Amino acid sequence: MLLIRCPYCGERPEIEFRNMGEAHILRPTPAASDDEMADFLYRRSNTKGLIAERWRHIHGCGRFFNAVRHTVTDKFVVIYKSGEPKPDLAVLAAASTGGARS
Amino acid sequence: MHFSYLSLIRQAFAGNAGWPRQWRDPEPKPGYDVVIIGGGGHGLATAYYLAAEHGIRNVAVIERGWIGGGNSGRNTTIVRSNYLWEESEALYDHALDIWQDLSQVLNYNVMYSARGVLMLAHTVHDVQTSKRHIHANRLYGIDNEWLSPEECRDFCPPLNISKDIRYPVMGGALQRKGGVARHDAVVWGYARAASGLGVDIIQNCEVTGIRRSASGAVEAVETSRGAIKANKVGIVAAGHSSVVAAMAGVRLPLESYPLQALVSEPLKPIIPCVVMSNTIHAYISQSDKGDLVIGAGTDQYVSYSQTGGLYINNHTIEAICELFPTLRRVRMMRGWGGIVDTTPDRSPILARTPVPGLYINCGWGTGGFKATPGSGHAFAHTIARDEPHPANAAFTLERFRDGRLIDEAAAAAVAH
Repeated sequence: MLLIRCPYCGERPEIEFRNMGEAHILRPTPAASDDEMADFLYRRSNTKGLIAERWRHIHGCGRFFNAVRHTVTDKFVVIYKSGEPKPDLAVLAAASTGGARS
Repeated sequence: MHFSYLSLIRQAFAGNAGWPRQWRDPEPKPGYDVVIIGGGGHGLATAYYLAAEHGIRNVAVIERGWIGGGNSGRNTTIVRSNYLWEESEALYDHALDIWQDLSQVLNYNVMYSARGVLMLAHTVHDVQTSKRHIHANRLYGIDNEWLSPEECRDFCPPLNISKDIRYPVMGGALQRKGGVARHDAVVWGYARAASGLGVDIIQNCEVTGIRRSASGAVEAVETSRGAIKANKVGIVAAGHSSVVAAMAGVRLPLESYPLQALVSEPLKPIIPCVVMSNTIHAYISQSDKGDLVIGAGTDQYVSYSQTGGLYINNHTIEAICELFPTLRRVRMMRGWGGIVDTTPDRSPILARTPVPGLYINCGWGTGGFKATPGSGHAFAHTIARDEPHPANAAFTLERFRDGRLIDEAAAAAVAH
């Protein structure tokens, strides 16, 4: 089980949280093509390595936040609030070869 | 060597010293007509049917580790075809047809045992969806029947049908042709048969890139043992499909999650069939060796860790103990995780990709083992003829763009 640091409540066990999928996927405009809608709805990075994802502290404060996690070690590298810009995953990957936790 | 009663007797008198290697261990050639990436059951079956049914024998199966070491060796070996939609019924029943005489065709005992798959219903909603499945299946000609709680207990005597448990059994859907098969034997049987027809099985060889020509078509795969030219490439990489497809610039509608299973110490025969319950997240059968094979649910986040949260297993064990109180003191021996590639509609993708010469077979999610023969058969057809077999025609990549999803998610959200 993961230990996840909610930016509002602190560290809590994984069962208090709901994973909400990949972060920073923007809804296209109504003029978007079918292909752009498929990108938005279905196609995902599914990266083996660092991914940015959304979490919700559903059995705690109920709030959404974002995190960068390594999908092989499951270690959290950065946790940040919704609305903050997406970290540069390439820079983080170069810096966090030791798998540091924030 | 052809396996037979005669060869068994001969070898017995010769001290069992004459059994040959079951498949060759060749060095990769500079190029092949078809390269299959992934040496699991689906990939090896694809290679076998390319050689056996389409005459394409200049084929290589490239495997990063050892064959059958991924999800083929990590599943709970359940075989069934009682899916809701006609597209799925066609595909999974195509596989079930091939299972019937697979041991004879491959000359290898895959230990397919049609002992029946009993899917329990615990709520009014469960009863309604189960009966909807049964009617859909019977319209399509797939065997599936409704059992009362007492009939469920008669079919599986250790089942607890008391009314006072948390989720009492309100009945069950039974597919008698469903059952189990031996996962290793399926992999080894296809490997041996494919190798015998000339397919090169190259293990310990990791694909690191997919090279494309100026026109965009697939030209070669880069591997840890050098570049291998290929006219056509099939990706059959299960949990790593997104990683491999990204090498050719293809972004897939997949997410990979850990899915766990565990086995108990060996017991004398007690569970005569496969029992599944989607509502309380448990499925169980007993192997011929005697261990109880138990499947749990997936973790909630994308991961390639091949391990999962212990609380997921706990949840499943609680459900098993309530359904089978007699198993409460059985000890669990081993648990493990596999990485399952799930699509948004919980149906697989067996299709061409936008890249000429590149084909993909993925998205089997939590339920690929049962489809191994049908998947390989249909995918070989797709690669050889550059058009789908009728059984997989609907399982395209474009269905996500066109909104033609094959939504099996509501029906089988956990055990699939």
